[in-house]
Amino acid sequence: MCRIPLGRLKIVHRAPLAGGSRCAILPSMARDPLLTFTDRGIFCLAGDFHIDPWRPVERALITHGHSDHARPGHGAYLATEGSAPVIRYRLGDIRLKTIRYGETRRIGSVTVSFHPAGHVPGSAQIRVERDGEVWVVSGDYKVAEDGLSEPFEPVACHSFISECTFGLPVFRWKPQAELAAQLNRWWAANAAEGRTSIVGAYTLGKAQRLLVSADLSIGPILTHGAVEATTAVLRAQGLALPPTTHVAPGIDGKSHPGALVIAPPSALGTPWATRFGPAAEAFASGWMALRGVRRRRGLAQGFVMSDHADWDGLNAAIRATGAERIFVTHGYTAIFRRWLEDQGFEAGIVATEYEGESLDAAEAEAGPLIEPDAGAEAVEGAAPEEDTAEADPAAGEAAPAEGKPRRRRPAAGDART
Amino acid sequence: MKRFAALFDLLDRTTRTSAKVAALADYFRTAPEEDRVWTIGLLSGRRPKRAVNTTELRSWAAEASGLPVWLAEEVHPIVGDLAETISLLLPEPGQTSDRTLDGWMRELVSLTGRPAEVRRAAILDAWDRLSTPERFLFNKLITGGFRMGVSQGLMTRALAQATGVDEAVLAHRLMGDWKPGRIGFETLIGAHDPEADASKPYPFALASPVEEVAALGDPAEWLAEWKWDGIRGQLVNRTGAFALWSRGEELVTDRFPDLAPLRDFLPPGLVIDAEVLAWGGEGPLPFAALQKRIGRLSVPKKILAEAPAHLLAYDLLEENGEDLRAAPLAHRRARLEAVLAALPAGLPISPSPLVAFDDWETLGKIRATAREKIAEGLMLKRASSPYFVGRKRGDWWKWKLDPYTIDAVMLYAQQGAGRRATLFTDFTFGVRDGDDLVPFTKAYSGLTDAEFRQITNWVRKNTLERFGPVRRVPPELVFELAFEGIQASPRHKSGIALRFPRMVRWRKDKPATEIDTLESLRELLAATGGAAP
Repeated sequence: MCRIPLGRLKIVHRAPLAGGSRCAILPSMARDPLLTFTDRGIFCLAGDFHIDPWRPVERALITHGHSDHARPGHGAYLATEGSAPVIRYRLGDIRLKTIRYGETRRIGSVTVSFHPAGHVPGSAQIRVERDGEVWVVSGDYKVAEDGLSEPFEPVACHSFISECTFGLPVFRWKPQAELAAQLNRWWAANAAEGRTSIVGAYTLGKAQRLLVSADLSIGPILTHGAVEATTAVLRAQGLALPPTTHVAPGIDGKSHPGALVIAPPSALGTPWATRFGPAAEAFASGWMALRGVRRRRGLAQGFVMSDHADWDGLNAAIRATGAERIFVTHGYTAIFRRWLEDQGFEAGIVATEYEGESLDAAEAEAGPLIEPDAGAEAVEGAAPEEDTAEADPAAGEAAPAEGKPRRRRPAAGDART
Repeated sequence: MKRFAALFDLLDRTTRTSAKVAALADYFRTAPEEDRVWTIGLLSGRRPKRAVNTTELRSWAAEASGLPVWLAEEVHPIVGDLAETISLLLPEPGQTSDRTLDGWMRELVSLTGRPAEVRRAAILDAWDRLSTPERFLFNKLITGGFRMGVSQGLMTRALAQATGVDEAVLAHRLMGDWKPGRIGFETLIGAHDPEADASKPYPFALASPVEEVAALGDPAEWLAEWKWDGIRGQLVNRTGAFALWSRGEELVTDRFPDLAPLRDFLPPGLVIDAEVLAWGGEGPLPFAALQKRIGRLSVPKKILAEAPAHLLAYDLLEENGEDLRAAPLAHRRARLEAVLAALPAGLPISPSPLVAFDDWETLGKIRATAREKIAEGLMLKRASSPYFVGRKRGDWWKWKLDPYTIDAVMLYAQQGAGRRATLFTDFTFGVRDGDDLVPFTKAYSGLTDAEFRQITNWVRKNTLERFGPVRRVPPELVFELAFEGIQASPRHKSGIALRFPRMVRWRKDKPATEIDTLESLRELLAATGGAAP
């Protein structure tokens, strides 16, 4: 009855599961669980480390560089080689060690390894093993290839801690090639009518995904300072990204007719964007799947492009782990948990401060936001949770909403120097 | 359907009126004629009877998607629109179809009243032949409430551009009781067929709100009358037709049998613009009395006796079959009074009295007494004005009383629909009653999108309890609500009901301890005589 493409994903990291039976995890439950959930983040007592903690801790394992996962103030960081440059760029002078995908490392009495999550370049899922019992923390992930990030790799485990930002069956993404064609058709049509094309996209991940999707024969690509800075970091670590021009004084719609401009969502509709003269604006986000969200922004064009797994992706990924126990962290958690239980999983909800792809970024107006009380029940299953548009430092750019902490959180907004 | 979907896509992508009109005009020139008629019908509220109900749609969509019904039900309020939810839930179609809008609409009409199994098979087959955007439209055509971001006025303007027929003439031709699927495009927009036109009303002239009346100039150029709080209507009495139309172009003749005697006494070839009111002998009863009759297809004798209908006539649009709309209001008004004066006494119609005044200040004082008259304020009409089509600023103004206001606290929040999907916009408010908070009204408009976003954020973080799509929140956010009237209501816990409640201000400066009380509402109820009629 269900059309989730089972078996679409091949397990490449098949660790022997203890006891050969799924029930084998039960004895281990008798002692302390391998991972627990605290008010600082996901905690491993046996290894004395946290994963993507949101309060300062001694030792943090970081899945990727988005600001709701990589926060300042920890004593020591461990992250993949591919995510380290962005994390360093964003957090400044930190103690950061790197690890290769698939490399195992002993921490306390557990073994950890990092595996591609397909979310953004360098992003990882983190596998934690103790005496044959395996847990995997997904971080943010998507299973479809985006032409940029290392493709998602399913990791066999007993317990899987998964995001579910887009955990509703109305969210189904088109393949990257189709999205690229859509973007280029739109850009070419605008250019032909003498209009600049401005796309709002997250500065880490989505912006570069647009870059590799763009057909350079249509016109030049201009970037907002926040996008340019992150792109430069990724270029420096060896990613093949097309040439871009930073929008500095004198760079506008006249100097670069028919350009594609990539900017943070908060720059759309601001005075910064008016320099390009006649322009069409679009926003690239999974939320653009909903007509109401697009109309509320008054956008003629939305690109349904997300770096989070869609409904089919979440289901396929979860099945591919072989896990029996699933914890969902952020997104439509209540509904998605019920769905998983219907499918025979043991499922739970974990309250975290991860934000996924924020609908508020789609709204892009930073009203005075109210301090979260971090109550699990309060956010459970809520509609799209707010996000902080990855608080990239706007480095002196004119987009007003940028670079400001959008809500008071321990140092999330002022993460950058 | 592809042509219609392309039109919708263009309309949906722009907020510019000129672009919308251009897209529509192009459609009215090039689409199949039958499709044009359906589009005109749909954009003027002429939707065929619903062939499938929403429960059926949801369960068939769940079935076709291989998903449990509960999941479809949970997703609907998040997406905010059932038609869209279903179009997104369904798997990719297996086939395509070149069937026109007319073809699909006829199919839907033919399904009405058929056994569920037949309708189910037809709908599942349709879904399998339509692309996601086409499916969304198809579902919208079933569920209704489909405006496509285009008003009837805009549609008429586009049609005028496409056909070369004058806009006002077209507006009139599109009025009345015609049904798409039973009339050809040329017949609809072409010359009058006297038979078909017998009961046809004229497009209503509408007023705009005004606040600074002194700017209107010389008071001698203006006529003032009360703005009655009833149902605006047009009474048509022509050979072979006696019809009462509401402003929404709904034929409501049969709902007011107490007006039927007019048919025997009014001269033929007559069209009157009037307010339908529940009548207390000398003057109107509060709107609540009329409300009891609205929505009833047949009215019990008891209500006919308690709240008899009466017309207060504003204007004369046609006399002896002659269209008077271009004549000055002063002339039409004189003719109206003459026609009504010739009627025998005791009929349920009289002219809406003019309010005499010499200067604006005096008129302001008179306006302040509107509530005693059971009126909402005053109407100001230029004596030389024609009876124009729709809302044209300059000649007709409504000068309403300031609304009542009250400070209340939010108790529950629910997500909105359409462009407000995923935002919490529909709130239930409470006032203090001793140490308790009593819910007394809902409101869902009056704030900016930015405020709604901020409140949405707060609701998500402060939910105490969930009842389906409704969240209970701590009583902390205080709002100033405005409303037009108050009446007793045994159906509500608070015992009162408000008219047109809306939010005017988020009182961030005010704690919930300082909001108004149920007692103050009861006092207002007593003071306005709005006790249960």
